[in-house]
Amino acid sequence: MKKLLSVVLSASLLGLALVGTGCGEKKELVMATNAEFPPYEYHDGDAIVGIDAEIAQAIADEMGRTLVIEDMAFDSIITAVQTGKADMGVAGMTITEDRLENVDFSTPYATAAQVIIVKDDSDIASPDDLAGKTIGVQLGTTGDIYAEEIENASIEKYNKGFEAVQALTQGKVDAVIIDNEPAKVFVSQNEGIKILDEAYTYEEYAIAVKKGNTELLNQINAAIEKLQESGKLQEIVDKYIVAE
Amino acid sequence: MEFADKFQKDFYLNFIKDDRWRYIVNGLGVTLKVTLFAVLIGIVLGFVVAIIRSTHDKAGSMSKFLRGTLNVLNFLCNVYLTVIRGTPVLVQLLIIYFVIFASVRIDKSFVAIIAFGINSGAYVAEIVRGGIMSIDQGQFEAGRSLGFSFTKTMMLIILPQTFKNVLPALGNEFIVLLKETSVAGYIALEDLTKGGDIIRSRTYSALFPLLAVAIIYLAIVILLSQLLKLLERRLRSSEK
Repeated sequence: MKKLLSVVLSASLLGLALVGTGCGEKKELVMATNAEFPPYEYHDGDAIVGIDAEIAQAIADEMGRTLVIEDMAFDSIITAVQTGKADMGVAGMTITEDRLENVDFSTPYATAAQVIIVKDDSDIASPDDLAGKTIGVQLGTTGDIYAEEIENASIEKYNKGFEAVQALTQGKVDAVIIDNEPAKVFVSQNEGIKILDEAYTYEEYAIAVKKGNTELLNQINAAIEKLQESGKLQEIVDKYIVAE
Repeated sequence: MEFADKFQKDFYLNFIKDDRWRYIVNGLGVTLKVTLFAVLIGIVLGFVVAIIRSTHDKAGSMSKFLRGTLNVLNFLCNVYLTVIRGTPVLVQLLIIYFVIFASVRIDKSFVAIIAFGINSGAYVAEIVRGGIMSIDQGQFEAGRSLGFSFTKTMMLIILPQTFKNVLPALGNEFIVLLKETSVAGYIALEDLTKGGDIIRSRTYSALFPLLAVAIIYLAIVILLSQLLKLLERRLRSSEK
């Protein structure tokens, strides 16, 4: 019995040691995201895929690190980056003043717009018509932040983008303000809703890193530049977004 | 000194700037409203279910029709208990909001009150049933021997004793309920927890909003426990 115990113990110790060295060989690059934001990041089978996931993978490859993706609520991403629980936040994140106070941003890697989704028979035809309406948004997104500027509108802050869209299809809200690419996906998956031609605002996506971590920021920026020059960045975007 | 400066700055950013404290205060109002009405629904539902179930188990001879009705009611109560206690309250809340009330614009606090009330009722029912069953059978027989009807025995002898016995467990259930309402944010209802989340989504600081929310819940629970203790003492005074 004692012998068996010692064998088991030493075997498990050996195992632990192997695991330990395994980690040490290649450093992890932890990316925080909210994988309910197609086509930038979403769950496909066991994996989290999308434009951001692939760009992050390419950046990790450039840096020679292993990419680990952590899926969390969008409004927790900046906190995760700040507290060091993740190295970077890649989540279709727009640079805003409030966010800049808490994290540093890389050079933008994509442009986007905040668009308005309404029901086909809605009387809302332009952003000006939103005054006094009930508007669904995803908590903490730029759509949420901009929506608060709309006069007399009541804003319903859902935890997930698709829940806001679901509330729209069920007639619980009059309109949804959300990023244009996810909006296209949502509209293609749901009947009876459309995107207004006139966008609410335009913006640029960038990667968030912990404030003062210039080493990582420079590495990320260098990788983005390289990916832009080689055309790989465009390749990834084209893979997910079919040009109109 | 630097720490004090940062503290002051963070405090300003999280609560004062843009009147962000309103999210907490309004959220507290919603949380209290939802909890209060859910507790009321829970008590009513719970007592009704508990009385049906224990009558089914306890009551002696009766007409065939009554026994049949009781069997059906008891079966329905069992289904209710199994389903509600077998699924998470968050899932029940989402089902009520997105499935049962699909395609209607409905007040979200109302949805939350219904969801948490129905949920709480199942737990209250079992607590109360346990209380009823724990009363000595002799009490029941004494009531009947004195000429009270079944209903009168229940109302005048069994339930008053039950209430006193189950009060600690009921208080516990209400404390749990208060804290469970914190998932109401999933249907975009701006309760206390969601209020803190909204501040967090604006300021990106975790400490102050979460701490404020936690302290408020704690304060309510402490207050509630004290009130229950007082009530328990009052009810016990008759024993001396």
